[in-house]
Amino acid sequence: MEEIKTGVYICHCGLNIAGTVDVEEVARYAGTLPNVVVARDYRYMCSDPGQALIKDDIKNLGLNRVVVASCSPRMHEPTFRRACQDAGLNPYLYEQANIREHCSWVHDDRQIATEKAKDLVRAAVRRVSYNEPLEIKERPLNPNVLIVGGGIAGIQAALDIANGEHRVYLVEKEAAIGGHMAQLDRTFPTLDCSECILTPKMTEVGQHPFITLLAYSEIEEVAGSVGNFKVRVKKKARYVDEEKCTGCGICEEKCPWKVDSEFEMGLGKRGVIYVPFAQAIPHVATIDKEHCVYFLKGKCRACEKFCDAKAIDFEQKDEIVELEVGSIILTTGYDIFDARRIPQYGYGRYDNVLTGLEFERMTCAGGPTGGKMLLKNGQQPKSVAIIHCVGSRDEKYHEYCSRVCCMYALKYAHLIKELTHAEVYQMYIDMRCFGEGFEEFYRRVCDEGVNFIRGKVAKVTDVALTEEEQGKLVVIVEDTLLGRVVRVPIDMVILCPALEARSDAEDVAKLFTINRRADGFFLEKHVKLDPVATATDGVFIAGCCEGPKDIPDTVAQASAAAAKALSVISRGRIVIEPTIAQVDEALCQACGRCEEICDFHAPKVISKDGLRVSSVDAALCKGCGACAVVCPTGAMSVRHSTREQINGMVEALLEV
Amino acid sequence: MAEFEPKIIAFCCNWCTYAAADIAGTSRIHYPANVRIVRVMCSGMVDPIYVLKAFEMGADGVLVAGCHEIDCHYLNGPVKCDAMFEKLRRVVNTLGLEDERLKREMISTSESPIFARVIEEMVEQLKKLGPSPLREGVKV
Repeated sequence: MEEIKTGVYICHCGLNIAGTVDVEEVARYAGTLPNVVVARDYRYMCSDPGQALIKDDIKNLGLNRVVVASCSPRMHEPTFRRACQDAGLNPYLYEQANIREHCSWVHDDRQIATEKAKDLVRAAVRRVSYNEPLEIKERPLNPNVLIVGGGIAGIQAALDIANGEHRVYLVEKEAAIGGHMAQLDRTFPTLDCSECILTPKMTEVGQHPFITLLAYSEIEEVAGSVGNFKVRVKKKARYVDEEKCTGCGICEEKCPWKVDSEFEMGLGKRGVIYVPFAQAIPHVATIDKEHCVYFLKGKCRACEKFCDAKAIDFEQKDEIVELEVGSIILTTGYDIFDARRIPQYGYGRYDNVLTGLEFERMTCAGGPTGGKMLLKNGQQPKSVAIIHCVGSRDEKYHEYCSRVCCMYALKYAHLIKELTHAEVYQMYIDMRCFGEGFEEFYRRVCDEGVNFIRGKVAKVTDVALTEEEQGKLVVIVEDTLLGRVVRVPIDMVILCPALEARSDAEDVAKLFTINRRADGFFLEKHVKLDPVATATDGVFIAGCCEGPKDIPDTVAQASAAAAKALSVISRGRIVIEPTIAQVDEALCQACGRCEEICDFHAPKVISKDGLRVSSVDAALCKGCGACAVVCPTGAMSVRHSTREQINGMVEALLEV
Repeated sequence: MAEFEPKIIAFCCNWCTYAAADIAGTSRIHYPANVRIVRVMCSGMVDPIYVLKAFEMGADGVLVAGCHEIDCHYLNGPVKCDAMFEKLRRVVNTLGLEDERLKREMISTSESPIFARVIEEMVEQLKKLGPSPLREGVKV
């Protein structure tokens, strides 16, 4: 075996270390340790001359191990590893003792701090003697990107990547893309029409040569890792040939059966064969098998008779599409809190209690009422209450703020004034108008004569106590600014329900091996510094699947995720970290415990030359070491965190 | 006779508690010098062998500290650590070591004052307990 020659370098870090630790004494001591051939101290090891000391010693003295005692390895480990590499030494033969953050900065007794620094240096010298050279491997990657969810986030990310001329597969669960934004009437605070700004982007997606749109499709299975994911997608049968359908709409017109339209939030009807909305992309019809009389009773096929394009295909089957992609962006959006869960607000019991999204459809010119704001009896309301924080900022439901409600509630107030001149009451907890142009819009709505009542609504009732309340809904709320309970008789109530994590968020998280926060939304890798990456390399998140946010924030985040995916692509290859699990096949009993405990599906028991052994997929392993702990034979270990290295440190720290 | 100074080995996960100890340094939050930190990538990586080795070598106390469950860089490391720790606790008790000598904590990057407090408390408790019965030269 090659003789171990270690060089030890004690950094003064100006007075940061040298002010508390006797660095010369530590260097002298280090020189007495086994395997150490040179020990020096220097003012700033991270400076160019400091690094040159190391490089020269490697070349001149033939060092094959290096220890620097300085700041935290989280700070300068990459610096010194590079210095070693520059001098031809494998960077994993380097070790760092943290004598600044963990010693000189937290202790003031010079003698005690010096003794501790010696201990830490001794441990690092011991550990480095067990270090092995490791090879950083690279492999090619697939540049294609999968985007899951075709709302505004998915659309934006898809266009950003496709405009860079990289293939994007955009998978959408529903029959058409557009998501919630397609349902909105106008957007705060500028009041521009949602459809007008969204549909050009939707059309671009539909026509883009680099975007393959898989609508009415769901992800079945995800395998592989960054650079080389294999994804199975189920393209659900529409019973309409997408290639032939012209989207003319004659089938829907002739379909004798009508059901509530999901797009219109149940305020309008659609055919059982339908195109979800006028600007739908892809603009093709879909048969709702659940309600189709032909599928239920074997008779009808009216649509087929009238379809000139011969696009109807009752024999169509679900199709499995296999995709190969290098990175994935999840833009799966949000659900809206079911306002029935707060029964005292009367949603579902009183005709004129609406949710925000229902109101959006009502005021939309292309919507079920042609843009007219109407009560159930067909009349215009004379007074309207808007109740904020329905399910948000409420310990019983969601503690978080949904971030968009204050602003759309102000938008409603403005639209109500514009459409009906009705009296408007905002029942709010706090007004949160933090974005660009938000505060100005708040001022404008205040000036339009809207009433603001600060307090959480207790109840909406139709029980009248006075003549004035007869035939009206009454909102009971404590006005916390006046300090008394008030009863406000009104014609219509609009609830602002929370944005919440989708009901299938848990399944999606499992499918893509990512984490969720306690509130159910997807967890980012780092809340501040890595907000669109996830625990799984190559899987990014954007939009409301990460948490409630408005359209500008969603679009910005989608572009951020696209940039992340593009940076994976432009690198052109995947670097495989060598600090991962390895199997000693001679010791492995193929018990499979490693396979069971791993959250990343990295170890798998396989047959190799007729023997069953565990094998680690280097691309999936994160090097967490859980497998090594459960391995009963010691066959499994993690490179650069071996038992010898860690036990060696423990021994060295305690033997004096 | 000088006051007994316990020796503590702290296995700290790279992503949370080791970083918390770094920030304790940056913020100059002082704590007793009795602790020696061993950096591991994940609390779920801490093999019972390491802890037992520390006690064998005469550590008076061992701390295993890492991320909270929701912060884990490797999804479920703290849960795996807890499962291991439960078994380890029984072994340590069988060896005749008091509960206070083995501590499990979750300390996130932002909780450097908590890191310092945990060390302070541990040192205080171990001073009351005296040297580990497994220390060389100490009669069990």
